[in-house]
Amino acid sequence: MPHLKTEEMIMNMGPQHPSTHGVLRLELVTDGEVVKSITPHIGYLHRCFEKHGEELTYPMIIPFTDRLDYLASMNNNHAFNLAVEKLLNLEVPRKVEFIRVIVAELQRIASHLVAIGTFGADIGAVTPFLWTFRDREVILNLFENLTGARMLYNYMWPGGVARDFPKGFREEIGAFITYFRPKIRDLNNLLTGNHIFISRTAHVGVLPADVAVNYNCTGPVLRGSGVKWDLRKNDPYSIYPEFEFDIPVGQGTMGTLGDTWDRYYIRCQEMEQSLNIIEQALAKFPVEDATDVQAAVPRRIKPPAGEVYARAENPRGELGFYIISDGGTKPFRVRAKSPCFVNLAVLPALGKGIMVSDIVAILGSIDIVLGEVDR
Amino acid sequence: MKPSEIVDLLKQQEFGDKILSFEENTFQPGIQINPLWIEDIFYFLRDDDRLAFDSLSCLSGVDYGAGKELGVVYHLFSMKHNHWLVVKVKLDRESPHVPTVEHIYKAANWHERETFDMYGIVFDFHPDLRKILLPDDWEGYPLRKDYQVQELYHGIKVPF
Repeated sequence: MPHLKTEEMIMNMGPQHPSTHGVLRLELVTDGEVVKSITPHIGYLHRCFEKHGEELTYPMIIPFTDRLDYLASMNNNHAFNLAVEKLLNLEVPRKVEFIRVIVAELQRIASHLVAIGTFGADIGAVTPFLWTFRDREVILNLFENLTGARMLYNYMWPGGVARDFPKGFREEIGAFITYFRPKIRDLNNLLTGNHIFISRTAHVGVLPADVAVNYNCTGPVLRGSGVKWDLRKNDPYSIYPEFEFDIPVGQGTMGTLGDTWDRYYIRCQEMEQSLNIIEQALAKFPVEDATDVQAAVPRRIKPPAGEVYARAENPRGELGFYIISDGGTKPFRVRAKSPCFVNLAVLPALGKGIMVSDIVAILGSIDIVLGEVDR
Repeated sequence: MKPSEIVDLLKQQEFGDKILSFEENTFQPGIQINPLWIEDIFYFLRDDDRLAFDSLSCLSGVDYGAGKELGVVYHLFSMKHNHWLVVKVKLDRESPHVPTVEHIYKAANWHERETFDMYGIVFDFHPDLRKILLPDDWEGYPLRKDYQVQELYHGIKVPF
C-alpha cells in the first residue's frame, strides 16, 4: 500500500531510556509506527579498558575486567585468568577449579535473574522483576560473605582465588539450591506461560541460525536460534567436562524458532542447568584437600613472549581475551572481545519493518550490558 | 584439521605466494597473508567444506611499536570442525589500508569500525566506516603506541 506511506521521522531512543539498560542511543527511522532502520550509537560508557591494560601489570587488570560486564564479574575474571594461565602455562589446583566453577555458575544465575527480571519489566510485567531481584540478593549475600564485595569482586587470580570458602559456606550454597529450585517454577508460572507475555514476545525479532552464526552471536542469543553451542561443552575449559548438564536450545515452542520468547526461555532453563552443575560440584568437592587457594599464584607474573586468545562461556556469550605478551610484567596488547558488543551488532538486522514497541522486547531479549559493549 | 594441514590446503589452491609466513610453534598457530588477497582467501576459508570457518571469533588491531607497522589479527573458528586459524596482516603505518571482510563475516562490521576508531586502519569498501566508541570529532588514534592525547576537547582539559 504505497499510497499509505507517511513522512519518515527520525527518532532518538536513548541515551537515557529505561529499556536500553544503560546509556545507549538508538537512532530510529520510522514510518508511522513501523521502524525502517535502527542505527545504534554506543560509546557513552567507554572507559579505555584496552589502553589501561597496556599500562598495568596482569594482576592489576583483573579489577578492570570486573567492570566490563558488571553483572557477571566472576565470569569475566575467569576468562581473563584462563588467558593468563595459558600464557604462563600454569597448572591450577583442583580445589581452586571447583571453587571457580561454583562461583561462576552462581554468578550465571544472578546474571540471568537480572536479565529475566528487567526483560519482564521492559514488557510491562513488574512483579517478576521484584521476585528475581529478591532471589539475586541471596546470591549477592553469599558473594559478600565470600569476597567482601557485592558486585565487583576481584576474586579470581592467575593460578588461584583470593580466599577459600568460609566455614559453612558450602552448606549455605546447598540451602540456596533448595530455596531456589521452586522459585524457577514460580517464575515460569508467572511469566513464561503468561498469555500477555507470549503475545508480546512470540514471533517477534526472529533471528535465523545462519544469520546468528555469521554475526558471531553467542550465548543465549545463538542458542535461542536453535544452535547447540556452549563453550563449556564444545570447547571445554576448567573442569566442566566432569559435570553432566544439558545445553538448552530454542525450539520455537510458542512461535517461530529464534524469536524473542525462545531467547528468553533459554535463560530460564540455563539457571536449572547451573543449579545441576553446582550440585554436582558440591558433591565432588575435595573437602579433605587442604591446599592453600593462593599457593599456585605466582609472586611475579611475567609470562614469556607470545600471544593467546582464550575464551569462556559468559552468561551473555563468548567473552574472549586476546593477549600479546612481550615478556614483560605488563601485556603488550589486551583485547577484550565482548559478547554484548557482538550481539548488539545484530540489532539493525533484526529491526527492519518491526513496530517501535517491539524494539524494547528485542533489545531486552538480547540482554546487553553497556559496560561491556563500550568497555 | 591441524593448522599445517590447513596451510597445505591453501597452498594447493594457489594461495601459496599470498601466505607470507607461517608460525607453527605458538599457542595458536597463525599465518600472515598479503592484505590484497584477504577477500579471496577468506571466501575460500569460509566456503570450503573441509575448512568451513563459519565464525569470525575476534578481530583485533595491533600496533607493533612506534615506527613499526600496524596489524590486524583475525581469529577464525569453525564450529563444524572445531578448529582454529589465526590470520594476520601487517600494514604500512603511514597509510594502513586493508579490504573489508564485512560481506563475508557480518561480525566484522563493528569490529572493523572499532579498529578504525582505535588505530586509524582504513577498511576499504566498508559500507559504514565511522567511529564507534569515541566521539566523531576526537583527534588521534588512542591505541597506537605513539598516541599523544589532545590538550583540549571542546574547551575541556583532557589529560588529568
